[in-house]
Amino acid sequence: MKERKLGSGQDMQGAVEAKKPSARLSRDIQAKLGQQLRAIYDDVVNQGVPERFAALLDQLDKSDDKGKQ
Amino acid sequence: MDPSVRQAVLNAIPSLRAFAISLCGNVDRADDLVQETMLRALANINSFQPGTNMSAWLFTILRNHFRSEYRKRRREVEDSDGSYAESLKSHPEQQGHVEFGEFREALAKLPPDQREALILVGASGFSYEEAANICGCAVGTIKSRVNRARTRLAELMSIDTVDDFGPDRTTRAVLASGDR
Repeated sequence: MKERKLGSGQDMQGAVEAKKPSARLSRDIQAKLGQQLRAIYDDVVNQGVPERFAALLDQLDKSDDKGKQ
Repeated sequence: MDPSVRQAVLNAIPSLRAFAISLCGNVDRADDLVQETMLRALANINSFQPGTNMSAWLFTILRNHFRSEYRKRRREVEDSDGSYAESLKSHPEQQGHVEFGEFREALAKLPPDQREALILVGASGFSYEEAANICGCAVGTIKSRVNRARTRLAELMSIDTVDDFGPDRTTRAVLASGDR
């Protein structure tokens, strides 16, 4: 992975470099990025609980009861 | 199964799926991850401390499971970081809407650590402390990953000012966030 910039020396250099144009993202840019991220995420969240998972919980519930008897 | 446990697991599933999809970039794989997470969680339910956050506990299990699987797979197949981006590009319809294509592409290009931190804090609604617990790292590390992720996203999307989002995208973002 070329992303590895471990070693604090390099890391700090990276941080300084990144500060040039866009490290200080304005609040409104941050807000817009956040909106898009949440829109994508909430798309999935709003699909609710697919049937397979509800069924799996029921099944686990039953085997759980059997185990206790 | 304790009804309250059952309910807490049920409540966490939609968000767990969203997190899983954002980790692996594939809905089917994500759903398998969620299922494996549920099985593991319920098999180890005794290690869950009642009164603590069930959702955070499940996220931790899912995240660790994904990490170990991912590492295993990388050893088996020489997989590059690009494969995730490719899977997003080739199956945009799997992501629900085809909207925010540019944003999705940029998100896919983030280093996994940064993407995960950004999603936990920016979308799942965890605090920095909770996200740090889930990822097993320091709070400061999460903060710096989130900051880097935002900066990198803006770079990848060539955004210098808010106008660079374009009126169309901005409107849709507002609409999408307005219907919750």
